[in-house]
Amino acid sequence: MRIELEKRPDVSKLFGVVSPLLALVLTLIFGAIMFAMLGKDPVEALDAFFVEPLLEVWSLHELAIKAAPLILIAVGLAVCYRSNNWNIGAEGQFTIGAITGSYIPIVFYDWHSPLVLPLMLMTGALGGALFAAIPALLKAHFNTNEILTSLMLVYIAQLFLDWLIRGAWRDPKGFNFPVSRDFAPEAVLPAIWEESGRAHWAFIFAIVAAIGVWFMLRYTLKGFEVVVLGQSERAGRFAGFSSKKMIWFSFLFSGALAGLAGICEVSGSIGHLQPAISPGYGFSAIIVAFLGRLNPLGIIASGLVLALTYLGGEAAQLSIGVSDKVTRVFQGLLLFFVLSCDTLIYYKIRIIWSRVKGGAA
Amino acid sequence: MSIFEAILLTVITASTPLVIAALGELVTERSGVLNLGVEGMMIMGAVAAFAGAQMSGSPYVGIICGIVAGALFSLLFAFLTLTLVANQVATGLALTLLGLGVSGQLGEPFVSVPGIRLGEIVIPVLSDIPVIGPVLFKQDLIFYLSIALVVGVSWFLFRSRVGLKLRAIGDSHASAHALGIHVIRTRYLAVMFGGACAGLAGAQLSLVYTPQWVENMSAGRGWITLALVVFASWRPWRVFAGGYLFGAVTILQLHAQAFGLGIPSQFLSMLPYAATIVVLIIISHNRRTTLINTPASLGKAFVPER
Repeated sequence: MRIELEKRPDVSKLFGVVSPLLALVLTLIFGAIMFAMLGKDPVEALDAFFVEPLLEVWSLHELAIKAAPLILIAVGLAVCYRSNNWNIGAEGQFTIGAITGSYIPIVFYDWHSPLVLPLMLMTGALGGALFAAIPALLKAHFNTNEILTSLMLVYIAQLFLDWLIRGAWRDPKGFNFPVSRDFAPEAVLPAIWEESGRAHWAFIFAIVAAIGVWFMLRYTLKGFEVVVLGQSERAGRFAGFSSKKMIWFSFLFSGALAGLAGICEVSGSIGHLQPAISPGYGFSAIIVAFLGRLNPLGIIASGLVLALTYLGGEAAQLSIGVSDKVTRVFQGLLLFFVLSCDTLIYYKIRIIWSRVKGGAA
Repeated sequence: MSIFEAILLTVITASTPLVIAALGELVTERSGVLNLGVEGMMIMGAVAAFAGAQMSGSPYVGIICGIVAGALFSLLFAFLTLTLVANQVATGLALTLLGLGVSGQLGEPFVSVPGIRLGEIVIPVLSDIPVIGPVLFKQDLIFYLSIALVVGVSWFLFRSRVGLKLRAIGDSHASAHALGIHVIRTRYLAVMFGGACAGLAGAQLSLVYTPQWVENMSAGRGWITLALVVFASWRPWRVFAGGYLFGAVTILQLHAQAFGLGIPSQFLSMLPYAATIVVLIIISHNRRTTLINTPASLGKAFVPER
């Protein structure tokens, strides 16, 4: 048996829409098989994982809480990936954003002012952008591989947070636990609709960012520049676009969004700094970006889907007793199927059973 | 045993997995395929080796399990990128994410289970040489394999006919195809060799380096491996030298912590990662040499015309 690809004369619009859905279905089928192998009833497990979290209002709020950082980060990454800049270190930019954003509420704990929150959000975004500036600088001026440098910086950021939280920023009244002091009320990101659940403003930021970037990519010159340079650096040069400037732009932009996501997570959901602030949002956002076809509106949808895998993982842990690692397996499977189904957009696939070339299919 | 010998021994233990995994990735990249999934394949090898050793009671069965797991896991990558021509960067990332998830799931029953340590093989006579003897000739099987791999890969790439073909594919898949060389088939084998090496490196982690199973125990070594290949400008002996350089940095960091230099341990732990960045800067700085050495069709998909 052989598989042959035949290039389609033009990109299939139909499969552009169908392929992520197909990937989702395949993931569910494989998920069911996995649950069966773990000795769980697959229907019950999938129901606990993907359906039950959607049936209650409070848990929809939780969904928005988890989707917000994923969408924020993925929208920034989409700009990067579209322009052919491979920022893999969003997890680190998220962490640094959380740290720089927490500077005011931790160091100036006694300063009460309505300015605290906006300043936090700004310093968080700035911190993320500055941290992303390191791989950008190295790529633009030393031609260094940005995949590796941005990734190495993730480990450095996490160790830095660990040092900070066990040292200078440790809560003096925290019984020696490695946590910072709790943020004062004016440093906490408010809930959107307090009567029904915890979802906070980060979700609104995420939606605004997605729509804004969608508009930028579609209607502005900057967006055109991103797409042209991403498809062909040479063509971009002829059009007078600078790929160096694009490296800077895409990294600073995605770093700022990741940093904003970081401070929102700390201020809105956790309420203080601690050694582990992210269940891998920065890496899952890579899946979100691809599942959303690097399109900001698609990313809103895929961010909600990935958020559901986190939520479902937590729920399934309680109700059917599977480990939370299942979440990561689901996410990895999903990305795999997305990538393989995308082949259908550009190619027709023919399976040839006989060994004779061009034989009957 | 002197302190010097003890340090040398730990440097060797820390360097061996880096050298092995980097050699595998080097062969893969020489064939023109960029597989960023080393971290995922390595951790799959680590968990499979640990599980295999536990179930059979023999670390040697564990080693085989690690190699097979790495190779099979890399087959997923090969199918997606070579047969379905998916984006190599994204697929490699997917492989790492999936590997970290699956290994965590599979390794769940083995958390805090005491591991089985791979024993040393003493080579008679040679191991009696002072200093060098105990360091080089009283080692575990995986160390000897790593040395054999450096020699073997070097010979294969630059002295054998198949190696010549492999390099030709990496430099220009279209011309190689025109000459009648099986591009896709060779690349499949190269990717699987890379996977097998990553799996073996993982086995070293869970059977020699720290004989136990800890989630995410590869701790970024797979990524350092990728940097090593760039550092070595795609040459096996430089991979060997680079691997030992990185191993030394990792170990120095540990010893510095033990001596209590007054530098917080977190900053010392950053050293291997920071060193990777610095080395990448130095290597990539000279645009011309990197361009000459990089396999020309690295990361580019190949669809045969018909």
